[in-house]
Amino acid sequence: MTESPKVPKQSARQYPKPPEGTWTEHYPELDTAPVSYENSISPEFFELEREAIFKRAWLNVGRVEQLRRKGSFFTRELAVAKTSLIVVRGTDDRIRAFHNVCRHRGNKLVWSDDPHEETAGNCRHFACKYHGWRYDLDGKLSFILQEGEFFGIDKAKYGLVSVHCSVWHGFIFVNLAEEPSQTLTEFLGPMITAIDYPFDKLTQRYYYRGDIRSNWKVFLDAFQEFYHPPILHGHQNPVMRQADYQDKGFYTSHFQIDGPHRVGSTSGGAGGKLVPEFYNPIERVMRSGLFGPWDPSEIVTGELPPGLNPGKKKNWGLDSFQIFPNFAIVFWETGWYLTYHYWPVAHDRLLFEANAYFTPPRNVRERLAQQLGIATIKEYALEDCGTLEATQMGLESRVVSTFPLGDQEFMCRHLNRVVNNWVEDYKRKRAED
Amino acid sequence: MADAALPAEFSDLERFVQDWCLDSEPERYAKRLASTMDEIQAFYDAVMPRAEEAIRYLEKFPLNDLPEDAWRLLKLLYSLILISFPVEIWRQPRIPDTARAQFELKIEPVP
Repeated sequence: MTESPKVPKQSARQYPKPPEGTWTEHYPELDTAPVSYENSISPEFFELEREAIFKRAWLNVGRVEQLRRKGSFFTRELAVAKTSLIVVRGTDDRIRAFHNVCRHRGNKLVWSDDPHEETAGNCRHFACKYHGWRYDLDGKLSFILQEGEFFGIDKAKYGLVSVHCSVWHGFIFVNLAEEPSQTLTEFLGPMITAIDYPFDKLTQRYYYRGDIRSNWKVFLDAFQEFYHPPILHGHQNPVMRQADYQDKGFYTSHFQIDGPHRVGSTSGGAGGKLVPEFYNPIERVMRSGLFGPWDPSEIVTGELPPGLNPGKKKNWGLDSFQIFPNFAIVFWETGWYLTYHYWPVAHDRLLFEANAYFTPPRNVRERLAQQLGIATIKEYALEDCGTLEATQMGLESRVVSTFPLGDQEFMCRHLNRVVNNWVEDYKRKRAED
Repeated sequence: MADAALPAEFSDLERFVQDWCLDSEPERYAKRLASTMDEIQAFYDAVMPRAEEAIRYLEKFPLNDLPEDAWRLLKLLYSLILISFPVEIWRQPRIPDTARAQFELKIEPVP
């Protein structure tokens, strides 16, 4: 393929690193030693993660647009916490979360057709399918059938078991701890809460999910490094399939961590900026690909929303914010965003969710550009899904115990470290009690 | 044509309506996997050269108020997008190395 002046040239020199020489060494809490993935193949470690991480961290379970009216609700099956939640907008417009369990005999309160599946709807109260006990939208028990048959029962003591619930920029978070040690804002910290993005304008939602046989961290790691794309996705990406990238690799231009959270910024997708021969014919017709529409959406102005491009890089294309433990938001320069959720089911299994959010298309052309974007997401994600099940198998052989991570895999190293730290902290506190 | 499924300008594509006008991404992906490359290529070769013209035709309508025949034409374009990958990249219906993996679009806007 011929060289073109419009093709961004990659070289290490163009991506300056911190004074220490590497991103990894810039952060004293990290080291450069090979990393163990025992925490991704051990059922015992997974049992600890349930308690240490998923019952203590704030978890994103959805967005407020999923609860448009008073009485709107959805359920979430959280296998990792062995519970189901009801998330509901009350008559006072407040969003609350409850464990999805009837106080009478423990029946799952809200479900339809299949109790293992999630459901959503709108109602004025929740009525148990079993004996008809009813709860208000704020969780209060309001009705017991044949109440006189019970023994001195006080309805006020039998409300639904509530779960801490808080909203940041329309993202609904829950915390399963009895008393969370931090508020949501404290937990998210300055790097994440600096983001002031017009999320409420991007209401066009596409939602994917997949059932994957790999550890949640093994899977997540592929979505927080840009070292693999020129190889694993090298055939389909117009930028990556250039010989230059396949020989020299792709560089993340900025890494940053803040507490348990992290961000990586890159020059982003191709965005239609290259010479036409670099694109597939369908991409040229639809003006879209890798991943989203090429033409900027209506939210794109001369200035980036606050909090984005935290490294203030000139050639900015995307930010991949990794919000601990299992939630990511990826912002793209053409004015749309993508979220990923990695829900552990077992030490070797996860539910993977991807949501793409765009501004509502104003015409067929914009709608088709979105459609190609989300189709591309699947072509890439399926390559990851296949490969990460293979990685899980390789790790589980235990033939190799530690693995070298490069500076481009900075975020993988950080997640591994934070997970181990949270589990150690939990074990220490449990021993003290 | 009395029972035309597509706008008259696109009557040459009528023969694809039954197989490729599908309502959801899982149906479209299943159809892709169930098709031979010859079938996929024939659909691509017929629709791809008409894609720009189809978009210009569809742009005349408000997106949320498409006539039935226009909506069917748009669904053909959704299928074109999904089968463009086998034709332009993979040379086979399935993405390589994804025999077991599944990842389905559960919510997609209509239209």
